[in-house]
Amino acid sequence: MDIVKLNIDNKSVVVEKGTTLLEAAKSVGVEIPTLCHMKLHDMNYENNPGGCRICVVEVEGRRNLAPACKTECSEGMNINTHSLRVVNARRTVMELILSDHPAECLTCVKNGNCELQTMAQKLGIREIPFEGEQSHYKEDKSPSIIRDMDKCIMCRRCEMACNEIQTVGCLSAINRGFESVVSPAFEMDLEKSTCTYCGQCVAVCPTGALSEVDNTRKVIAALVDPSKTVIVQTAPAVRAALGEEFGLEPGTLVTGKMASALRKIGFDKVFDTDFAADLTIMEEGTELLGRLQKHLDGDENVKLPILTSCCPGWVNFFESNFPDMLDVPSTAKSPQQMFGAIAKSYLAEQMGIKREDMVVVSIMPCLAKKYESQRPEFAVDGNPDVDFSITTRELAQMIKGANINFEELDDEDFDNPMGESTGAGVIFANTGGVIEAAVRTAYEVYTKKSLSKVDFKELRGFDGIRAATIDFDGLPLRIGIAHGLGNARKLLEDVQAGRSEFHAIEIMACPGGCIGGAGQPYHHGDTSILKKRAAAIYREDEGKALRKSHENPFIVKLYDEFLGEPCGELSHKLLHTHYFDKKNKVELNP
Amino acid sequence: MAKVKTLEDLKKMRDQLQSRLTLREKSDHPERMVQIKVSMATCGIASGAKETMNYLIEELDNRSIDAVVTQTGCMGYCHSEPTIEVHIPGFDPVVYGHVDTKKADEIITKHIIGGELVDGIIPVSYTTANEDDNEN
Amino acid sequence: MTKYNSHILVCGGTGCRASQGEEIVENLKQAVVDNSLENEIQVVRTGCFGFCEKGPIVKMIPDNTFYVQVKPEDAGEIISEHIVKGRKVERLLYTDPEKNEHITDSKHMGFYKKQIRIALRNCGFINPENVDEYVAREGYAALGKVLTEMTPEEAIKIIKDSGLRGRGGGGFPTGLKWEITHNVEGKEKYVVCNADEGDPGAFMDRSILEGDPHSVLEAMAICGYCIGGNHGLIYIRAEYPLAIERLKIAIDQARELGVLGKDIFGTGFDFDVELRYGAGAFVCGEETSLIHSMEGLRGEPTVKPPFPSVSGYKGKPTNVNNVETLANIPVIINNGAEWFSAIGTEKSKGTKVFALAGKINNVGLIEVPMGITLREVIFDIGGGIKDGKKFKAVQTGGPSGGCLTEKHLDIPIDYDNLLACGSMMGSGGMIVMDEDDCMVSVAKFYLDFTVEESCGKCAPCRIGNKRLYEMLDKITKGNATEEDLGILRNLGNVIKDTSLCGLGQTSPNPVLSTMDNFPEEYLAHVKEGKCPAGQCKDLMEYVINPDTCVGCTLCSRVCPVDAISGDKKQPHVIDTAVCIKCGACMEKCKFNAISIQ
Repeated sequence: MDIVKLNIDNKSVVVEKGTTLLEAAKSVGVEIPTLCHMKLHDMNYENNPGGCRICVVEVEGRRNLAPACKTECSEGMNINTHSLRVVNARRTVMELILSDHPAECLTCVKNGNCELQTMAQKLGIREIPFEGEQSHYKEDKSPSIIRDMDKCIMCRRCEMACNEIQTVGCLSAINRGFESVVSPAFEMDLEKSTCTYCGQCVAVCPTGALSEVDNTRKVIAALVDPSKTVIVQTAPAVRAALGEEFGLEPGTLVTGKMASALRKIGFDKVFDTDFAADLTIMEEGTELLGRLQKHLDGDENVKLPILTSCCPGWVNFFESNFPDMLDVPSTAKSPQQMFGAIAKSYLAEQMGIKREDMVVVSIMPCLAKKYESQRPEFAVDGNPDVDFSITTRELAQMIKGANINFEELDDEDFDNPMGESTGAGVIFANTGGVIEAAVRTAYEVYTKKSLSKVDFKELRGFDGIRAATIDFDGLPLRIGIAHGLGNARKLLEDVQAGRSEFHAIEIMACPGGCIGGAGQPYHHGDTSILKKRAAAIYREDEGKALRKSHENPFIVKLYDEFLGEPCGELSHKLLHTHYFDKKNKVELNP
Repeated sequence: MAKVKTLEDLKKMRDQLQSRLTLREKSDHPERMVQIKVSMATCGIASGAKETMNYLIEELDNRSIDAVVTQTGCMGYCHSEPTIEVHIPGFDPVVYGHVDTKKADEIITKHIIGGELVDGIIPVSYTTANEDDNEN
Repeated sequence: MTKYNSHILVCGGTGCRASQGEEIVENLKQAVVDNSLENEIQVVRTGCFGFCEKGPIVKMIPDNTFYVQVKPEDAGEIISEHIVKGRKVERLLYTDPEKNEHITDSKHMGFYKKQIRIALRNCGFINPENVDEYVAREGYAALGKVLTEMTPEEAIKIIKDSGLRGRGGGGFPTGLKWEITHNVEGKEKYVVCNADEGDPGAFMDRSILEGDPHSVLEAMAICGYCIGGNHGLIYIRAEYPLAIERLKIAIDQARELGVLGKDIFGTGFDFDVELRYGAGAFVCGEETSLIHSMEGLRGEPTVKPPFPSVSGYKGKPTNVNNVETLANIPVIINNGAEWFSAIGTEKSKGTKVFALAGKINNVGLIEVPMGITLREVIFDIGGGIKDGKKFKAVQTGGPSGGCLTEKHLDIPIDYDNLLACGSMMGSGGMIVMDEDDCMVSVAKFYLDFTVEESCGKCAPCRIGNKRLYEMLDKITKGNATEEDLGILRNLGNVIKDTSLCGLGQTSPNPVLSTMDNFPEEYLAHVKEGKCPAGQCKDLMEYVINPDTCVGCTLCSRVCPVDAISGDKKQPHVIDTAVCIKCGACMEKCKFNAISIQ
């Protein structure tokens, strides 16, 4: 290993060759402020265009200041990170950035969570000596994401997320000079572009330029409407992250408090998407075994591998990027939509209320779920199965707005019947979780044997693409896992080219799976938070009495009383869907 | 166009082509060169000035003498056409009359190379045709 | 082969072509045929002669007569008079503005006297569309020599010893750049020619590509051999159609001749060149932006290091040189490092091509030895200031250079001296200003350009230049305070200090250098609300002197906004609140009664 020695603020530093000044400084306790820079350690992605120029430092012997995030250490360098020249430059640049930023902090969605605001405070900006034109762009509101580019500071993080991590290729910088902004090509609306609504752009945006569509007002309106029965479902990943919004340590499980808070807010029934996750396993697992059996029986037309379909960002991705493979993914709806379909049929009937009088709200770690709930195929006569999808962050906002002291809440349970779940449903939140849950059930159904241990650690982890082979009593079931759409693309291209060896592939659009969803509390680049959330999810699974979906007594009851059998006729009607070729959906603005 | 396969090919090609540009090269440094002006008005042409001029150009080139041959208008010595003016750097210009190709050969050999004046000089006050023009 | 007695060289550069240069060529050819001289007279379309002020240019060989501002209809006369009768067409000769006499040949014209043409050696001399003429001028001999007689290291040493520095603006030693790229490990390396000439008014690269495209191709092949690369790419702006056309012809001819392609000179060395078109973004002249643009990405720079020499096009080692730099290479190889380094100053060797423009008599393209003074360039070559006005400043280095003044006129021009006075060499733009130019407005003009051309990637350049522009605008409108000048200066310094690439690192130069050199002019704007040069419309008032006004009413009749009132034969008055300061009244007044205050 090559090492280099240098001095940073008169401290001697020894670092590995290739280390940036920013990292080297950090290693000796010198925190250089940054704005555009974002390093996603656990995903091996770094956004450092060197664009904001906030991290500039003085390098002895160089004519100009150098960006610490983008300058590699070299032998004998003398660095000053706080000379008057540096401080003046940093401050002036910050003033410039603020001179082109709307001063709407009080009403901004990012108020209190904005990295620009934090930096302005840190640098003590009180007055901006520059006045002049500010950038104005039209607001672009899609079903999931709002782009308010007046607030864009050109950090390009969204571009990195969209292009490098997700390979969606929807966002890039356009125009020149002062007019520069990140946008879909030709300034088309996001809705008309190939955007998947995965929301990873929102997850990394330092300001309020990119945000989720806020549905909380609509939810509150439903809650105060006495004619409506408002029920709520909470996705598995929410419980592992919601606490962060209330200052709790990342990885704190708040399942009970969350249920309590939802009741306090006024939901008539507090259910769990985990229940629907168990249901998904019944359907998707059955579909997998069906295709596998046909394959083993020599049917050459059967499509393998089967691809999971519970992630709406991923569904959007393959609909526009791999329209020739629409028959490959499982036809099972996502847990959110299965929940809605069952709630507005079976449950409504049981509760004796009309479909139109029931409002289904979902709490999701996800922005694509907002769009998914609005897909026309998921509605009956215009009435959607899921009325409103809100994010973990929006829920936190509602709790705060309702003046609920979250930390002091007692744990409460979900309501029945749709609040009961197994550990298999819980782990849907993590990358590898859906396929592990499926394996737990499929193994027992296929081998007719009971699993001695339900933990399939070989399916867990954080690597972008993972592969494992599970012994199904002599049948080696080959499983692939990808999280992040860029990784998904690689596996998909293998399938497309006929190179794939897998029987089943799980794909999650967001890095880390749903726990890293774009609706979760902001991680601000600290991806260790995602790992803590993932660990919490596995803890929740371990703590569950039941850990296999097919053992969920209410699921069993649902099939007995209502659905019949998995992949049966009614299941097909309510719990399965089909996909659309969206390759050519891109429309330019007139 | 034949491909050049070696540096020798290129040099050969260059040597062949160079003459095409010698005229331009020379005119770039006229002060260093022998300048010959051939009077090519109607009277001159009628008396064979064109042949004289062509002869001069070719012969000077054959003998590798850095010279520029240009034409000029009537010098006013219509009785002695073809007339030429020879200007060797550092010397006053000299005008010859009745310059046929034979005379031209003599001028090249004796005057330009040898440096001695040849018979047939038209005594003038050594002003050049151009300066004459200017005065008009 | 026909041996022509006379060659007629007609400028085929973009400028002269725009003034019917093509028709002149056609008409001359026709006139030659009409006079049955086709075996004696050769009409040649060459590259640019540089003296664009007086184009279209026609040069007669061998007597070197230099005809200026020729029109197509002059062709017949040129042939019948000059060729047939041997009489110069007086009215087409250049007239010396000072002595007011005709100068017949370019050698004796002030414009050409102090020039040394190395990079432009073939421009205006050969037919750029005929490789034979290039070969006749030692063309491709340098490539042959390097390939057959030298190791890459030996050839690099010649370039290093010559002292040649990058002519695109930065002035980085060319040989060193080659050496660095040579030393980087890599099977696949690229030679890139930067032909994204973007400075407003600069056209040296265009002229070279139009007038002598083979010299660039030859240099690229030499560079390829030296660094160990087999691919050449020329990044050229699509707005240069003629240069593109000539390059295409040249590439085809070079391939046909075997000096591009496989196994050049039988040495086993392969090299070929492709064209890549740019959309004309100024920032794409910056090498990393240029490379990104060629890769199909947004034309914006990335932080260096890594330098393209290490990681360039497609991540491969890439040597980027500007057109003018490359045009020097073959001559240096042919004539040797000492020959080249004998020209110029201690640290800046050889010549530099400048595009001379502005309030100067001889606008055009010149090539002068490094070390020549601004005075010689402006007054000897440029023929001094137009209309006998007073010299005020000269802006060098394109839009991001600085404005130099009287006191800098005798400083020898080289990279380091220009930098030391707060300007730069840049790609060689030189714009001369006279007493009527307001320096604040000049700075504003340049900022307008950089604001437009900033790529928008880094905050100081994207927002800072915009704010600089707005503050200058405020000053020219008389709305700024002295305190604003301090903010302006600090902003300029910070933009220079923090911007990502050369564009932002230099864009405040016009502001800072005018603030340094003309502080009183800035102060006049902010303190007194006056523009000393009388350029800033918002700061001036048209006033009628009642003593001189005879009440002829001409002014009030010409005023487009009816701002002037007064009875016949009575002094008139301008209502300054209504006046739009168009100046029509002043132009019309026959009694000099209207003035600007």
